[in-house]
Amino acid sequence: MRLPRWFHLLGSPPFVYRLASKLNPWICGVGCLLLAVGGYWALAIAPPDYQQGEVYRIIYIHPQTAYVGTMAYVVMAVAAGIGFVWRIKLAHAVAVSTAPIGASFTFCALITGSIWGRPTWGTFWAWGDPRIMFETLLLFLFLGYLMLRAAFDDRDKADRVSAILAVVGVVNVPIIHYSVIWWNTLHQGPTLFAEGGPAMTNDMLVPFLIMFAGFTFFFYWLLLTRLQAEIVERERGSRWIQELVAGAGA
Amino acid sequence: MTQFLAMGGYAAYVWTAYGITLLVLVLNVAAARRSHRGALRRARELAGRETSRKQATVRQLR
Repeated sequence: MRLPRWFHLLGSPPFVYRLASKLNPWICGVGCLLLAVGGYWALAIAPPDYQQGEVYRIIYIHPQTAYVGTMAYVVMAVAAGIGFVWRIKLAHAVAVSTAPIGASFTFCALITGSIWGRPTWGTFWAWGDPRIMFETLLLFLFLGYLMLRAAFDDRDKADRVSAILAVVGVVNVPIIHYSVIWWNTLHQGPTLFAEGGPAMTNDMLVPFLIMFAGFTFFFYWLLLTRLQAEIVERERGSRWIQELVAGAGA
Repeated sequence: MTQFLAMGGYAAYVWTAYGITLLVLVLNVAAARRSHRGALRRARELAGRETSRKQATVRQLR
């Protein structure tokens, strides 16, 4: 089967490196702008919640960071799977680049959730709450992936073995998503995909969605920067990298 | 302004959550940029070593 040209280009490290260089300032600009506008709106303009008062404002960062964490895992697992099946090194580079970012966003979701839990549930942490437990498992999957890689000196072997862990761990993502529906947990149910439409009025929904978009752009900016680093690391001795660093005024 | 900062008595919770999130974003940017710069520096060092090795060979041949 003949594959389209763009497919080959997306597997080519020099092409992807240059594409990332061109796209990154825009992705960064849009991400920062959305986070600034959304953050101001969330803290200063959106009305207080009739039940929770002002503390509900954590809703503009907590679900968003949790979403980016789980989305990052899906990106990592798909990239690792592609790398494993078609032996595309660039795909493994994407997977490695995603892991630390995903881990940090998942950590952020757990911390903000914990801070929110204290005034609303009366506790920072609830052992046995399925949503919290599977989200914690997500953090350990990211960290486990990175630690497993660190155990190998040979990069190709690290790529292949860690890819298996990444792909197997993806079953955790739908479990996290549906945990608040399957089990009767302390964690509140879905807001955006609640039955009968979003459980929010527009003056809250707009900044809520802006923050989702802002964190997503920010994530891809970080991912492309780390991917560039990973490409240079892997292709260090190649001619195009040597030309690149020579051209940059070494 | 004071009222805004007080967050209806939940200042400690709201500002800590936002502060930690901002810190995570900033540290992420710093780490990503540092690894990119580090990778480029190592590639440059490799280029330097290759050049000096070639020059040494040329000197030996002379």
